[in-house]
Amino acid sequence: MQITVTVNGTGYTREVEARLLLIHFLRDELRLTGSHWGCDTSNCGACVVWLDGTPVKSCTVLAAMADGRQVRTVEGLARDSQLDPVQRGFAECHGLQCGFCTPGMMMTARWLLDHNPAPTAEEIREVLSGQLCRCTGYENIVRSVLWAAEHEGDQ
Amino acid sequence: MQVPAHVEYEKATSVEHALTLLARFGPESRILAGGHSLIPMMKLRLAQPETLIDINGLAELSYIRVTDGELCIGALARHAELLADPAAGQHFAILHDAERVIADPIVRNWGTVGGSLCQADPSEDLSAAFAALKATMVIRRPDGRRTVPARDFHTGPYETVVAHGELLSEIRVPIRPGGGSAYQKVGRRVGDWPVGAVGAALWLDGAGTTIADAGIGLTAVGAPHFAAAGAEEFLCGAPATEESFARAGQIAAEHCRPVSDQRGPADYKRHLARELTIRALRQALARVGRDA
Repeated sequence: MQITVTVNGTGYTREVEARLLLIHFLRDELRLTGSHWGCDTSNCGACVVWLDGTPVKSCTVLAAMADGRQVRTVEGLARDSQLDPVQRGFAECHGLQCGFCTPGMMMTARWLLDHNPAPTAEEIREVLSGQLCRCTGYENIVRSVLWAAEHEGDQ
Repeated sequence: MQVPAHVEYEKATSVEHALTLLARFGPESRILAGGHSLIPMMKLRLAQPETLIDINGLAELSYIRVTDGELCIGALARHAELLADPAAGQHFAILHDAERVIADPIVRNWGTVGGSLCQADPSEDLSAAFAALKATMVIRRPDGRRTVPARDFHTGPYETVVAHGELLSEIRVPIRPGGGSAYQKVGRRVGDWPVGAVGAALWLDGAGTTIADAGIGLTAVGAPHFAAAGAEEFLCGAPATEESFARAGQIAAEHCRPVSDQRGPADYKRHLARELTIRALRQALARVGRDA
């Protein structure tokens, strides 16, 4: 079947199998390998991308379901060569170790800050509660998001 | 790598169209809502439909509103939408209690209320919540619609009364004065299915001391129709006291049939049925007057 998906502002039309998962469409068809394919069971959250402005676990969404919709991936976080404050927060606060969970963590964090510009540590933990860091670096991930909230307006 | 088997895909443009597609593609076609139960089942080959009928674009099924004294929830309402809905929380705190502990925030963004109910997992939280609230399910079919009490909706694990060619379209909960409700769940970790959970709804008489009606829903403990009918019967007309709640908890525990599995032994689940019934009733009573 033919689908057209807008990813990070660019429209892509592709012939795909209906059973293709969105994560594999992004990684294998579009070669956008920033989003990671992790547990395959909607537990780990490494594959989180935005679908029409809302974070979803893209291992549990068919590419066909994204037809006609907008997808934003970690490649679409930076704007005009400027890293997003969330990305800078992860760099400043050592928010990643192996980096596998990082794209999903950052996409959810960006969404949180768009809706709640000054979250508490508790609120950050709650929104990230469906995402796993196997390096167990949660403290620094929370610090990274707090840092981003504080530096949201900085250039 | 887990991927679904080969499947055909159709995008429904209306409920009518979805029903037409279901008829055209026959019993091996399945409705695809959020997909957060169905797609994992397809990956594991526990479900292997020939055709998926995607209803995600149907705005006519995506709503939560109060109409004619009832809270009406479209089957395609996302879990996150129900959790964020002020009217749902104001009238039925049990729904927000339950939604807060269903899966995780990202899964709740896309998973749907109707999809969870139709998946009919015995450990699914909303089934018990709607059983406690004595909700009504609206099922669309080619010749119109039919309604089914929440307690008659499930016919067994992973089975409902929704026949092929039909589609769950709405859940309705009557808003009655003097009510309070709560949901209590024990899970092994955040986002997991419950080891056991209980939802309770209470309606007091005019004086506010006697229980006029009670609903108790049990999750994951083998309760027929997700409900504790014997305990409800005991509570109707009883004083709204700790003693009544303790007895109701005991009856609820006696009437459920939990099984031992990786989430816990049967006797612990039975203990949970009793204790969580008491806690949910206590919290529901504290909320009478606030749920209204």
